[in-house]
Amino acid sequence: MLRKIFIAIAIVVGAAQPLLADNAVDPKADFKAFRDYFTKRFPKVPLDDFVNGPYSMDADLRKQWKAIDEFPPYEFAVEKGKEMFATPFKNGKTYGDCFQNKGIGIRQNYPYFDAKSGQVITLDLALNQCREANGEKPFDYTKDEMAALTAYMAFTSRGKRFDIKISNDPRALAAYKNGGEYFYTRRGQLNFSCASCHVQSPGNHIRTEVLAPALGIVAALPIYRSEWGGMGTTSRRFTSCNSQVRGVPLKPEDEAYRNVEYFLSYMSNGLPISGPGARP
Amino acid sequence: MRTRALIRMAIILSLAAPATEALAANADDFQAALAKAEAANKQAGAIKNQWTTTAGTLKAAQAAAAAGKFDDAVKLANDAEALANASIAQAKEQETAWTQAVVR
Ligand code: HEC
Repeated sequence: MLRKIFIAIAIVVGAAQPLLADNAVDPKADFKAFRDYFTKRFPKVPLDDFVNGPYSMDADLRKQWKAIDEFPPYEFAVEKGKEMFATPFKNGKTYGDCFQNKGIGIRQNYPYFDAKSGQVITLDLALNQCREANGEKPFDYTKDEMAALTAYMAFTSRGKRFDIKISNDPRALAAYKNGGEYFYTRRGQLNFSCASCHVQSPGNHIRTEVLAPALGIVAALPIYRSEWGGMGTTSRRFTSCNSQVRGVPLKPEDEAYRNVEYFLSYMSNGLPISGPGARP
Repeated sequence: MRTRALIRMAIILSLAAPATEALAANADDFQAALAKAEAANKQAGAIKNQWTTTAGTLKAAQAAAAAGKFDDAVKLANDAEALANASIAQAKEQETAWTQAVVR
């Protein structure tokens, strides 16, 4: 119902005029407010450093990171992903055939809103769609194969800046709005939203971990975590963040997860890809 | 904070229940309580807002019933229902409350 009203408003008002109603959607204004919040709250953190998650918040942790990065624990995943990329499917095609520029250096353009299917396409989803289009079985979104492919694609895109577009298509705006709603909505028995931890409390310790700031929070995915003893995809990260607050996670790559990734990636526009990341 | 109040109520209910259970419950009582709890949790699932504690409590209820401890089982099923209802109330409250948290 709300969504219908929102779409109706978006159509009537059009994108050229600023939307002033209370629940109007204005990605550009959101973007500015979001970035300003973090840069004002952490004036000593260089803008590009926010993509390093907890390391941007904590000097001691940063020292550990320098040590970790001498022998990056994600290197194995990058190598494996590279090999998978080079290996043809049974039909002779490759992953590269599904993507622009053969899939090299394009991570910063994901997720995007696909007008044809009317939904947000994340890199992970695009990879499985590629597999299925070529007669291969999709990979588990939380497991090593998907982590390896996305690690390789992120690695070839390091330093490239997020360039997420929200077209004037009311469905794209709705997906963005729903992503923001998911991000700010409290859930789980502990009654926390994503924002409770990653907007209100970045830099704070939670058990042994330092909370990453929401600005640039998707830039380092996928990440290796010592605690996991391996790589974690976006889905793995989102589902564990839900479980932490005693909320039942959604299905990996559920529409709501893809929308929240769309929202967070748009908030990260202009910031460099830093993935794959390594966390203690 | 209506949600907080509900969550608190859910906890208080779960602590207070044993005192009122003078009559021994049976398998039918448990099945009835379980059906109500599962229906509420299904509703929470439809709005993508289940709590892990609801599932955990439902499991404990079934384990108690399997062990023939129907008083415990009924009480746990009632707890699970209260948790599921609190998660639904949370989602309803957040339908509008989330906008207050938006960075502006
Ligand atoms: C209870 C607090 C809490 C909540 C709520 C929470 N997270 Fe997290 N999140 C963490 C912790 C702890 C980590 C690991 C330390 C870190 O990197 O912040 C983390 C890490 C992450 C990371 C990886 C950051 C990095 O650079 O390593 C992402 C992405 C993320 N969370 C997204 C989300 C999203 C999306 C939501 C809402 C669905 C969410 N989180 C809700 C606690 C939380």
